[in-house]
Amino acid sequence: MTGIVDWSIEDLGVAGVVRPVVRAPDPVLAAPGEPVDPNDPEILRLAADLVATMRVSPGCVGLAAPQIGVSAQVFAVDVTGHPKARTVHGTFVLCNARLVEASQWQKGREGCMSVPDLTGDVKRAGRVVVAGALPGKSETQFTTDGFEARALQHEIDHCTGLLFLDRVAGAHAIHTRKVYL
Amino acid sequence: MPDDARVDELAITVIGRDRPGIIADVAEVLAGLGMNLTDSTMTRLRGHFAMTLICTGAADASPSLEDVEAAIAPLTADGSLIATVSRVHPESAPEAPGGHYVLSVHGADRLGIVASVTRGLAEFGGNITDLTTRLSNSLYVLVAELDLPAGTDVDMVHERLSAVARALGVEVTLRPAETDVL
Ligand SMILES: [Zn+2]
Repeated sequence: MTGIVDWSIEDLGVAGVVRPVVRAPDPVLAAPGEPVDPNDPEILRLAADLVATMRVSPGCVGLAAPQIGVSAQVFAVDVTGHPKARTVHGTFVLCNARLVEASQWQKGREGCMSVPDLTGDVKRAGRVVVAGALPGKSETQFTTDGFEARALQHEIDHCTGLLFLDRVAGAHAIHTRKVYL
Repeated sequence: MPDDARVDELAITVIGRDRPGIIADVAEVLAGLGMNLTDSTMTRLRGHFAMTLICTGAADASPSLEDVEAAIAPLTADGSLIATVSRVHPESAPEAPGGHYVLSVHGADRLGIVASVTRGLAEFGGNITDLTTRLSNSLYVLVAELDLPAGTDVDMVHERLSAVARALGVEVTLRPAETDVL
């Protein structure tokens, strides 16, 4: 089993291309993504594109394949430097990820590049164990908490066709980012 | 409705162009009349200020509806605000609670989303207690909190709402509401 700390973006062996980010109500965001072969060269390219697109997007801490129009269970996360982050695993991509354990539920506000003008209060596990495959490597499993745990749950949701809008806590839990004047 | 002038509860709505101080103006008028502002909700809807509230007067010295209207009139004189004052009956005891749920609907904006979804809920006796909609470019979002009568087959409600959503081409989720007691 390859540890997540041993993996790096260079392991993909391919340069990523910045792709346009699709916005709700694009149907690709509501479709459950297909499981993928983490060693498929096309998936390595997809992983590199996700990282490249995430890195050029200000404030972006995670990006899932459906957000660049690909209905697949792949996402990139990087919460490095985020003020709410505790445990940080740097930049990584996961395929076919799933929650193995979830605890310490807490409400927090989150946004999404595919829903740019709204934010929502969503209850997420503050501590998770996540399993999945690192692209080009084998299965891995790791524990994280805080904001990285929240980001992982948000991205796993994308891979199953869910947005934060599907999980907001109540009628007063969605907020407009934009001020209409 | 009782014909006496004594006010039990007044419902007041204020809608208009947003500016600092609207809430202070309305609250001061009500305080000046000895009215207690009980339940209220105030928000901005596409930049318009919107306020709905219930207020009650003291049992011995409650102002009449006409007194309240007259006191609020100066706030609406320049035409930037619309206010209504109505007498309402105190709320009867709430029904025995069933299940509390949160409903999310989102998709491309189109005519009739709120009507179709809320009708689907009403068919099951679902009572919406709070509802927000937002239009963000072409994305329409509806989030509602609702109560379903005890014994409701929630799977059937979900099936019905999914059928409504499919017909509208929107996404729907129905989840039990989380009630945190801390
Ligand atoms: Zn997102």
